[in-house]
Amino acid sequence: MPPATLKVFRGQAAQGDFREYRVDVDEGMVVLDVIHRIQATQAPDLACRWNCKAGKCGSCSAEVNGKPRLMCMTRMDIFEPGETISVAPIRTFPLIRDLVTDVSYNYVKAREVPPLRLRPPDADGKYRMMQEDVDRPQEFHKCIECFLCQDVCHVIRDHEEHKPAFAGPRFFIKIAGLDMHPLDTLNRTEFVRRQAGIGLCNITKCCTEVCPEHIHITDNGIIPMKERMADDFDPIVWLLRKFRGGRPEPA
Amino acid sequence: MARVMTPPRPPIAAAHLRNDAWWALPVTVVIVLGSFIVYSTWAALQNAHYFAPPYLSPFYSPCLSSRCLHMTFGYGLPDVQLPIIGVLSPAFLILWGPGLFRLTCYYYRKAYYRSFWLAPPACAVRDVKRRYTGETRVPLLLQNFHRYTWYVAVIFIVLLTWDAILALRFPAPGGGTQLGIGVGTLVMWANVILLAGYTFSCHSCRHVCGGHVDVFSRARTRYRAWHVLSRLNERHPVFAWLSLFSVGVTDLYIRLVSMGVIRDLRIL
Repeated sequence: MPPATLKVFRGQAAQGDFREYRVDVDEGMVVLDVIHRIQATQAPDLACRWNCKAGKCGSCSAEVNGKPRLMCMTRMDIFEPGETISVAPIRTFPLIRDLVTDVSYNYVKAREVPPLRLRPPDADGKYRMMQEDVDRPQEFHKCIECFLCQDVCHVIRDHEEHKPAFAGPRFFIKIAGLDMHPLDTLNRTEFVRRQAGIGLCNITKCCTEVCPEHIHITDNGIIPMKERMADDFDPIVWLLRKFRGGRPEPA
Repeated sequence: MARVMTPPRPPIAAAHLRNDAWWALPVTVVIVLGSFIVYSTWAALQNAHYFAPPYLSPFYSPCLSSRCLHMTFGYGLPDVQLPIIGVLSPAFLILWGPGLFRLTCYYYRKAYYRSFWLAPPACAVRDVKRRYTGETRVPLLLQNFHRYTWYVAVIFIVLLTWDAILALRFPAPGGGTQLGIGVGTLVMWANVILLAGYTFSCHSCRHVCGGHVDVFSRARTRYRAWHVLSRLNERHPVFAWLSLFSVGVTDLYIRLVSMGVIRDLRIL
C-alpha cells in the first residue's frame, strides 16, 4: 500500500493542534496500527489509549475523519489513496493528552442508575427465566463501553449545560435493559424522565450509527423507554392494566 | 461562527472534521419532504378533481361533507357540515389525522430534526442553534403523544382499505356497478398496502402490541406479535418514504384521470 498522511491531534488540556505524519502502511493495517507506527518511528510521546485491538475493550475510541470510531476496527484500505486522514480525540470529553480523554462523566452517570431489584424467588428458592425474556436485555449487554455513543450525542457534545441532567444513550440502554428484565420489580419511567433527562433526546439516531457492536440503541432502547413513559398517560393501557395488573413501583 | 468550547475539552475550533458529503442527506430530505408538503397542501386546497369513479383520492378520504363529490359512508349517516366547509376544502377535515401521525413519527422526527432543525445536521457535526431543550417543552413535548396519533392512523387504514375495495366496483354502462380492475385500482391497493406497512411497523404499534411486556414467556401471543412487528419495524424508514410517495402518486393519478389528462386503463 502507498504511504498514508495522517493529521493527528497533539496537545494537552486547553492547548493543542493537528500535526501531520507521513507513514508507511502495510496490507491489512488499521488506524491503530498506524498510530503505533507513528509512536515507534516518529513521535514516541504520542499518547493513545488501547488494549485488546479486537474491538472488544472499547479503549481506542477516537474521531477518524470526524467520525467517532474505534481505531482498531477502522481499516486503512477504506480511505482513498492520497487522502489525508484526521485522527482526533473524542471531543465530548475533557482532554488529558493527545488522543486520550477523561471519560469519568460516564462513571458518574453509571452510579446514578437504580440497580436491579429482584422479585422473590420461586417456591424452591430458584430464579427462572426463559431465553425470550432476556433477549432484549442481552442485546444491551453487548455494550463495550467505548462511549462513542456518548461522544456523538449532540446533547452532551454541543450543550454542556445539560450534562448534569442527562444520562446519554449508553445509560438509556442500561436503564432499558434493567426495566425490561424479567426478574426486576422497579419502574424506572419517572427516573428516566426526571433524572436521566430522556426528553432531551430527539432520537436523531447518531448513537446507533456509531455503535461498533451494532446495538439498536434508539429503536430497541430509547424509543421503548419513551413509549413506557407514554404508557402512564394512555387511557387504553390504563384500562388494560386494571385487568392484567399494574406496573412495578417507581424507582 | 466558531463556538467557545469548555476549556478542558480538546481545543478544536472546527464545527466538524468530516470530509464526506454529510450534507447530502439533510438536503435531500428538505427537498423531498418540502415538495410533498407543498404538493399535498396545494391538492388539499383544490377541493376538486379528487374523485374519478370509482377512485377516491386518499387526501379526501373519508369525505365527510355533503358537498363532497363522493360519499364515503353512502347514505343514512348524518350530513356533517361545519361552517368552515365551503371556505376550506373538506380535505382539511381529515388530513390532520395522518398528518399528525407523520409529524410525530419517530422516524420522521429524526429526519426533520436533522434536516430542518439542524440539531444536529449530521452525526458529529455541531448543532446550528446554541439553545436546545429537546422534547422537554411544549410544543415538542407533545411528540410523546405519538401513540394517540397511531390509534387515529389505524382508523384511516380501515377507511382507505374500504376505498380500495370500492375501487373494484366500476359504474356499469346501463346503470349500477360491475366488478373490474383498472390501473387506478392497483395504484390504490399499492397505496393502502404501503400505508398499512408504515402504520403497523410503527414503534408505538410494536410497543402497544407486545413491547410493554417484561416477561414474554408468560404472554406468548403478545411475544409473537412483538416479534413479527419488530421485523416489520426494521423497515419502518423504507415504509415511511414509500408510503409518502404512494399517497402523492395516488392523488396525482386520480387527479389527472378526473381532469381528463390521462385515461384510466381497464385491466379487467
